[in-house]
Amino acid sequence: MLHDQNTHDRDPETDDHEHPHPHPHTDTAGVLPRTPGRGLRIGIGGPVGSGKTALVAALCRALGSEVSLAVVTNDIYTTEDADFLLRNGVLPEQRVRAVETGCCPHTAIRDDISANLEALEELEESLPGVELLLVESGGDNLTATFSRGLVHRQIYVVDVAGGDKVPRKGGPGVTRADLLVINKTDLADRVGADLSVMDRDARAQRGQLPTIFLSLTEDPGAAPVAAWVRSCLSTMD
Amino acid sequence: MAAETLAALLLLADGRLPAGGHAHSGGLEPTVAAGGVHDIASLEEFLRGRATTSGAVAAAFAAAACAALTAGDTGRFAVLDAELDARTPSPALRATSRKLGRQLQRAMRAIRPHPCWAELGSRPHHPVVLGAAAAVSGLSPSAAALAAVHDAVAGPATAAVRLLGLDPFATHAVLARLGPLLDDVAADATRRAAGSPADLPASAAPLLDLAAERHATWEVRLFAS
Ligand SMILES: Nc1nc2c(ncn2[C@@H]2O[C@H](COP(=O)(O)OP(=O)(O)OP(=O)(O)O)[C@@H](O)[C@H]2O)c(=O)[nH]1
Ligand SMILES: [Mg+2]
Repeated sequence: MLHDQNTHDRDPETDDHEHPHPHPHTDTAGVLPRTPGRGLRIGIGGPVGSGKTALVAALCRALGSEVSLAVVTNDIYTTEDADFLLRNGVLPEQRVRAVETGCCPHTAIRDDISANLEALEELEESLPGVELLLVESGGDNLTATFSRGLVHRQIYVVDVAGGDKVPRKGGPGVTRADLLVINKTDLADRVGADLSVMDRDARAQRGQLPTIFLSLTEDPGAAPVAAWVRSCLSTMD
Repeated sequence: MAAETLAALLLLADGRLPAGGHAHSGGLEPTVAAGGVHDIASLEEFLRGRATTSGAVAAAFAAAACAALTAGDTGRFAVLDAELDARTPSPALRATSRKLGRQLQRAMRAIRPHPCWAELGSRPHHPVVLGAAAAVSGLSPSAAALAAVHDAVAGPATAAVRLLGLDPFATHAVLARLGPLLDDVAADATRRAAGSPADLPASAAPLLDLAAERHATWEVRLFAS
């Protein structure tokens, strides 16, 4: 009685199950489609301490009154990042979820995205009409990157304090993220980082993809990043 | 229905199957914290205990779900669900089983599309979904049981490598030594698969139940369970 799987070509309209709750269908190319009426998912990755949570908080402040927004955190130590967002009153509790990653933050955003998909779907169920979902990866090394089955866009955050060599080292976050943010420019002098070197190397690694230099202490609303997110929200690709 | 192949079983039992298992330690994280596992020998004891208790129950329910779907009796899913709830006294472990079940169901929807994924409802138990996945893969109840009991020990073994820095070769040698035990557990589960769900094994592991309840209250944890 079991159907041969080969006879089941997927069709989003006549799929094999009811839709009591919304959940996305990965299409055959494994790329999460942008669907009208569904939120935009943006992954925020980068090394430990580069300013991911600070950027998420900034985006919540900048965009929270314009769009319905929610956040999934993947901190190694479960709720640290989520607690920060709650404590600082950036987002109410029902808009933040924490996901445990079993000592492997990169696995949870790339190889096995199950727990993050689950958290995103729960947010979509409990917050109908949510327009923007940010997924903060746990701090990781330069080889981490988000699966195209989990998010529509990804921002990779590095900081000048990690050394001005980081853009040159590359890695998928630096070379392929839809937006590279080089944070903590206020510290450049103190750590002897040459921003022009970082700019040159980022251009060489990224071609036409955009890079933004930022200091969240000087620009707590992350204005240029918020503007980039607004432009993503306004297109359906 | 696809013919049974070893390749289908390997796919299902591979730790790289993207169904959320990597973030779960099967009770190992709280057991390590309580001093119950600290080296290779204590890990082996822990895994033997797990294989013969929660592993045996998971294997029996996976085999039964596989047999039910293969026989076209999807009405049995609800009975198996209730019976497994009754064998899972810890609310934290029940929630974990349903979370992992839903994650495997989500993955299988894309990996092997089939109407049964809808029939399993929105929060099925993991062993039931695993059994259905085996059936949809053209596998037998014995293969489903083996995949379930393998999963019950392989997950915590990997977690021990990550948490305690145990030698990965020595850890895999433990898994190799457990092979005959896993085969026995799976064989027993298979014998019972077609019988009444009420008669499926109910081996309890009170320490795992308590560990799961404690773990769920931790402020800082690396694994989801
Ligand atoms: N000087 C300076 N400090 C910053 C800036 N942005 C963030 N920080 C500080 O850097 C530290 C780390 O920032 P987080 O936002 O927690 O970094 P993260 O990337 O989320 O860290 P993990 O989640 O632990 O990987 C905090 O103390 C921030 O206040 C900046 O632009 N300039
Ligand atoms: Mg953070």
